[in-house]
Parts: sequence; C-alpha cells; structure tokens
Amino acid sequence: MSVTVRVQSEDFDISKEIAFLRRDNPRIGAIASFIGVVRDMNEGDSVAEMTLEHYPGMTEKSVEDIITQACDRWQVMDAVVIHRIGTLKPLDQIVLVVVSSAHRGDAFAACEFIMDFLKTRAPFWKKEQTGKGARWVDARAADDAAAERWQR
Amino acid sequence: MANTITVLYFARLRETFGMASENMALPYDVASLEGVRATLAARGGVWAHELAAGRAFRAAVNQDIASADTAVKAGDEVAFFPPVTGG
Repeated sequence: MSVTVRVQSEDFDISKEIAFLRRDNPRIGAIASFIGVVRDMNEGDSVAEMTLEHYPGMTEKSVEDIITQACDRWQVMDAVVIHRIGTLKPLDQIVLVVVSSAHRGDAFAACEFIMDFLKTRAPFWKKEQTGKGARWVDARAADDAAAERWQR
Repeated sequence: MANTITVLYFARLRETFGMASENMALPYDVASLEGVRATLAARGGVWAHELAAGRAFRAAVNQDIASADTAVKAGDEVAFFPPVTGG
C-alpha cells in the first residue's frame, strides 16, 4: 500500500504516475484515474486564467485523511493525488487521482469518492480572470451533494 | 507569546482583511472557536460582516476542520476561509 499526495505548481504526467504505481505488482487488476482540467467558461463567462491558492500543511493532511477513508471502505492498493497550485490556463491539468485495486469496482468507487471529498474538504480556492475582471469562485451546492451521497 | 494564538486567513477573506496571518492575544474568557470568531467580529467593519454568525465561512483548528464548539487554547493555529473550491 502506498499513498502519494503532492501539491505542486508543475504539470504532471499520468503515464509516469501510473507506471510508478504499478511497478511490478501482479496483484493489481484495476487502475482507475481522474484528471480535472481548466475550462474556458464558467458561469457563462469566458475564463482567461485562474489562480489556485491552498492552505499548506492542512491540504496534505486533509487529502491523506480522505484517502484513508477510501481505504476503509474499499480494497485499495495504492493511491496517488496530485493537485496543482498557482496560475493555470484553459486546457491545463489541475488535479490527478489514480487508484489501484484488485478489481474495477473498488478502483472506480474509491477514485470517485476521493475526488468528491477533495472538492468539498481539501482547502483549495480558485480565483478566475474573466472578461469582467477577477473573481473568487463560489462553492457549488452540486459538489456538496456529490460528497453527501456517500454518507447514505 | 504564552497566551497567543496564530490566526490565518485565506482566499477572499485574506484579501478582504488585508492580511494572511496575525498573532492574537487569547482573551481569558475565550476557549472555543466561537469565542475567537466573536472576538474578531467585534472589531467591526469587514470583520463583523465576513465573520457574522451564519455567514458561509469555514474554520480549522490546528489544520483540522472545526465547528463553533471546537476548543481553542494558547499556541493553537486557527484559520478562517471561504468554502473550498479546488479540484
């Protein structure tokens, strides 16, 4: 079992992360991944770029805690979460979640759970540059609902 | 130093308050996050507005998400921030 959490301004390469996670582990039967990328539109306005701020220390702690919760619920072998900070432009990658497991059901579920909780619990904030000026992105009720459905 | 806490502000709150962190003397009768919130809100102006009870802000004590009744003691790190929007 290995857990990797990184907060960085540099881009990431999913193929390298998956190669690292697989190593030569023949017990892995499934790898599920998610990549979040910057859209050029939000709330009906075009977005030129966005800046991501976070709470160093708490960020890593909260993501590790989310992964621990996922491991309590599903058979997870390894998990990698990378979240970028700083200024990003449309098409840029923001976040990567990769989960390995013996079977796909656990890998899919754990990957989605980690992403849903990251959206609502990990201390990151986005500020967008739009044609109307800079604005902080508001939290979405849909994200809270996505995280809450796992409580049922 | 003995009776102070560190208070951090992030994102919109950091901009509105014009500071990222401060050392605050912990009043002798304050022992919870709610007490810290009320002390800051008593400064008036943007502090009273942003930290009014019922406003949509979040808080952490020693880097764990906290609620109004979470205990706060000297030496703790308290943070106030808007609902998170990462991912």
